[in-house]
Amino acid sequence: MAELQPVALTVNGTRHELVLDTRSSLLDLLRERLGLTGSKKGCDHGQCGACTVLLDGRRANACLVLTVAADGCDVVTVEGLAHPLQDAFVERDAFQCGYCTPGQLCSAVGMLEEAERAGDAVDDAYVRERMSGNICRCGAYPNIVAAIADV
Amino acid sequence: MEPFAYRRATTVDDALRTPGATFLGGGTNLVDLMRLGVAAPDRLVDVSRLNAEIEETDGGGLRIGAGVRNNDLAFDGRVRERWPALSEAVLAGASGQLRNLATTGGNLLQRTRCSYFQDVTKPCNKREPGTGCPARDGDHHNLAILGWSERCVATHPSDMAVALAAFDAIVHTSRRLLPVVELHRLPGDDPARDTVLEPDELIVAVELPPLQVARSSTYRKVRERASFAFALVSVAAAYDGADVRIALGGVAHRPWRATTAEQAIRDGKSFREAAEAELAQAEPLRDNAYKVELATRTIVRVLEELAS
Repeated sequence: MAELQPVALTVNGTRHELVLDTRSSLLDLLRERLGLTGSKKGCDHGQCGACTVLLDGRRANACLVLTVAADGCDVVTVEGLAHPLQDAFVERDAFQCGYCTPGQLCSAVGMLEEAERAGDAVDDAYVRERMSGNICRCGAYPNIVAAIADV
Repeated sequence: MEPFAYRRATTVDDALRTPGATFLGGGTNLVDLMRLGVAAPDRLVDVSRLNAEIEETDGGGLRIGAGVRNNDLAFDGRVRERWPALSEAVLAGASGQLRNLATTGGNLLQRTRCSYFQDVTKPCNKREPGTGCPARDGDHHNLAILGWSERCVATHPSDMAVALAAFDAIVHTSRRLLPVVELHRLPGDDPARDTVLEPDELIVAVELPPLQVARSSTYRKVRERASFAFALVSVAAAYDGADVRIALGGVAHRPWRATTAEQAIRDGKSFREAAEAELAQAEPLRDNAYKVELATRTIVRVLEELAS
């Protein structure tokens, strides 16, 4: 028997109150219930980063977050993102098929905030290491790194 | 995924009010195992918001709450200054977004990534006791060379735990204090049990005692790609000419404190002799003998760097 539970969370500034199966992942909530299909389901195991969102301001894999565990949280998906990095991705042609791009963007925004918090200098090697949780099958990595370096 | 009841604990006492429950931290391993069918808890108690502070202890140590997220631990200025290998080890694990979710307690209790354990269509003594261990004659190139048993050749995947083992960290549970090197078991006849924890025993914190030599420490992880991969071999080491600490990852069912090598160095042996003395205990499998030399060389390289 499915276990149902009430959940309240804010997504891109809009508060949602729902009753959900406890098994629902945050990613499935976003895509299937809220119609926010920007966050992608790549591997569904936390290995590809295509589902990356900002959870209370920090980048996280939405596929591994149970929605009930995100009760009370503030979620920002690529649909709610407004950051110079998005222009930089366009300027630098930092994608080919675009499937990984929403996750790359959310992850990079989170990564830059982490670097600031830790007081780290950001160079190309640092970006490559700290963005290793976002896989790009088209291999657009050089331009992704360049776009991130621009902001 | 099987259905389950979920409850968010408000205190440690509250977390212990559901006997037989499975504790949920960041979920980065547990939720995946539930999706794979490897784990099927019927009651989850979410402890990820408990004990989320890092506090100074008397004498210059730290008490890291079990709910401290991996990135918060790695970025902590006190950890970076006094136990740099711990910060480096945490940052060597997983990815940035996983480290924002994963907790200190959960990192210690993550399960092996042995491919047979994670595949419910295969036998595995750890997942289903008595069904056998296909890894012994199968794909074991990244499995144990030390301390394994006929029943299980899995390795513990944590990087953080290797640094904690080197630094004599103490695990605080809801019932007792436990040196972190005694938390994880060797597989023996009961590989289903990763740790000595009892049912309904909750990790609440990890204590780092003050350790002068830890200021001169580093973590080296050798893997099959540059980032976001589990260790083939890893070394957490601290050395300042007067004192030494060494622990290995990726080689055994638990973080492997290299006490033989440490003693050899205290006895005046060379780094190479000390590393070889430690690895003399290794019993490599058909396809992982490379780890013996790899671990030996990595120990030597790390100690040389710390000595220079």
